[in-house]
Amino acid sequence: MQFLQQTINGITIGSFYALVALGYTMVYGVLKMINFAHGGMFMWGAYIGLTVTTGLVALVGYASPWALVPTLIAVMVAVAGIGVLVERVAYRPLRTAGRLAPLISALGMAFILESLARNVYGASWKTYLPGLVPGGRVALLGNVRISVMQVLVLLVSFLLMALLYLFVYRTRVGTAMRAVAQDHEVSRLMGIDVDRIIATVFLIGPGLGGMAGLIVGTYYGSFDFTLGWSFGLRAFIAAILGGIGNIPGAMLGGMLLGIVETFAAGYISPQWKDVIAYVILIFILIFRPTGLLGERVAEKL
Amino acid sequence: MPLLKIENLHTFYGHVHALKGINLEVEEGEIVTLIGANGAGKSTTLRTISGLVRPREGRIEFNGHLLNNVPAHQIVQMGISHVPEGRRIFTTLTVMENLMMGAYTIRDERVIQENLERVFTLFPRLAERKNQLGGTLSGGEQQMLTIGRALMARPRLLLLDEPSLGLAPMLVRAIFETIREINAGGTTILLVEQNARAALKIAHRAYVLETGRVVLSGPAHELMQDERVRKAYLGER
Ligand SMILES: Nc1ncnc2c1ncn2[C@@H]1O[C@H](COP(=O)(O)OP(=O)(O)OP(=O)(O)O)[C@@H](O)[C@H]1O
Ligand SMILES: [Mg+2]
Repeated sequence: MQFLQQTINGITIGSFYALVALGYTMVYGVLKMINFAHGGMFMWGAYIGLTVTTGLVALVGYASPWALVPTLIAVMVAVAGIGVLVERVAYRPLRTAGRLAPLISALGMAFILESLARNVYGASWKTYLPGLVPGGRVALLGNVRISVMQVLVLLVSFLLMALLYLFVYRTRVGTAMRAVAQDHEVSRLMGIDVDRIIATVFLIGPGLGGMAGLIVGTYYGSFDFTLGWSFGLRAFIAAILGGIGNIPGAMLGGMLLGIVETFAAGYISPQWKDVIAYVILIFILIFRPTGLLGERVAEKL
Repeated sequence: MPLLKIENLHTFYGHVHALKGINLEVEEGEIVTLIGANGAGKSTTLRTISGLVRPREGRIEFNGHLLNNVPAHQIVQMGISHVPEGRRIFTTLTVMENLMMGAYTIRDERVIQENLERVFTLFPRLAERKNQLGGTLSGGEQQMLTIGRALMARPRLLLLDEPSLGLAPMLVRAIFETIREINAGGTTILLVEQNARAALKIAHRAYVLETGRVVLSGPAHELMQDERVRKAYLGER
């Protein structure tokens, strides 16, 4: 029973990692670059969500979980906007400048996003209004209980991932995205506007990441400006674990990381969970350096 | 008016002066071939036409439109498809997805189906393999896919960069036969080849490139008799 409970908790946290890891992996796919600013964008999702919910609650006079619906949309739009802006001003001008310059630019953007958040919102811990989070638990099986919040979080996360999967693997623009990930030049010869596809990736990745920020913020209740690095780096590791550039890989890597962390904390010791989790991950990478689903695709030389 | 008209074209890669004033014309319906040694600038000529690299000087006119500053992805829409050197198919996409990317600029589903049928008639093998990943195809099949993919846009002008490179002799013959068939179907072709003999055989006219300059041009059957061409490119003493 405890096993089932831990698994559910692990999947919940894993779905957060997965949503954020998708942003790293999609950008890596089309630009072969690690967008270190992605953690910062994710964190801005949590802050913008805070502002929007506070505003909404002030407007209607009471806190209700329904406020999260318009907030989710507002956060997605706002953080997608940040993503597109960052790509346009900090990455696109460096597209042909080798690998190091865009990397430094991404790290710079990460610090800028973090400092901005600290200056705008202050360094103290921020807390979502209590009434926003749906209360209550539902019995699942015997004495295994799952909170209503957890159910919602899982539903939203899996829905978003399923939609993304269908978009990337079943639509014309999604296929173009995979084409761009493989060969920019040939994609242009197909009539694909590569700049536009890259902008689309910076709309979707940060959009998802921003929503994850809101979800994580409300799930844990409180956070501060270090959220971007602490959580963002773990999601980045999840992306590497799944095979960077691979979309199902990011989902799998996120889930696995969440489950391993939760099991390590629950069965061994919360103080040692990071040590145990990352030792396991390092082992996986030793045996599969390209990540779990990386380069699984047949490629003839 | 020629379909493609290139005047005094200069292209640089950094400080490398790759094209030093090329003049070239292609009439509608022709097969024109561009031959020359390694590094002569054949690929660069095609890459400048399709917009992958920008010329520093000169003019490229297609169907009366100046192409110099048109981005590559719009040039496809104007009717030029470029099959680049070295079989660059999308290995992680299926054969069908590769072909659909070739038709990316076409929004009319009916036209796409028509083009697909034409490609499958030309290359029945691709129809058999349509659900396979591009990377699992043999070398010859990959070359069919690159050509089929380019034809999915139904181009008026097809640029082919060394389509026979690295293929077994039997496949080489088949590819040249296919090129002739595509041309007979109404597509104008600008063909770059190392295999000068085979290229001159199917071409109407030819240009010989040496270090970024056109040194000879004329009807293909005449160039085939030319002493310099025979010595330098047809392996005769
Ligand atoms: N990306 C590049 N950067 C710098 N120089 C280049 C680049 N591409 C080509 N060149 C140079 O430009 C010149 C023309 O090259 P190009 O590829 O057009 O030759 P080619 O005739 O197609 O040769 P090949 O038969 O080997 O394919 C060569 O001197 C080559 O070294
Ligand atoms: Mg070449």
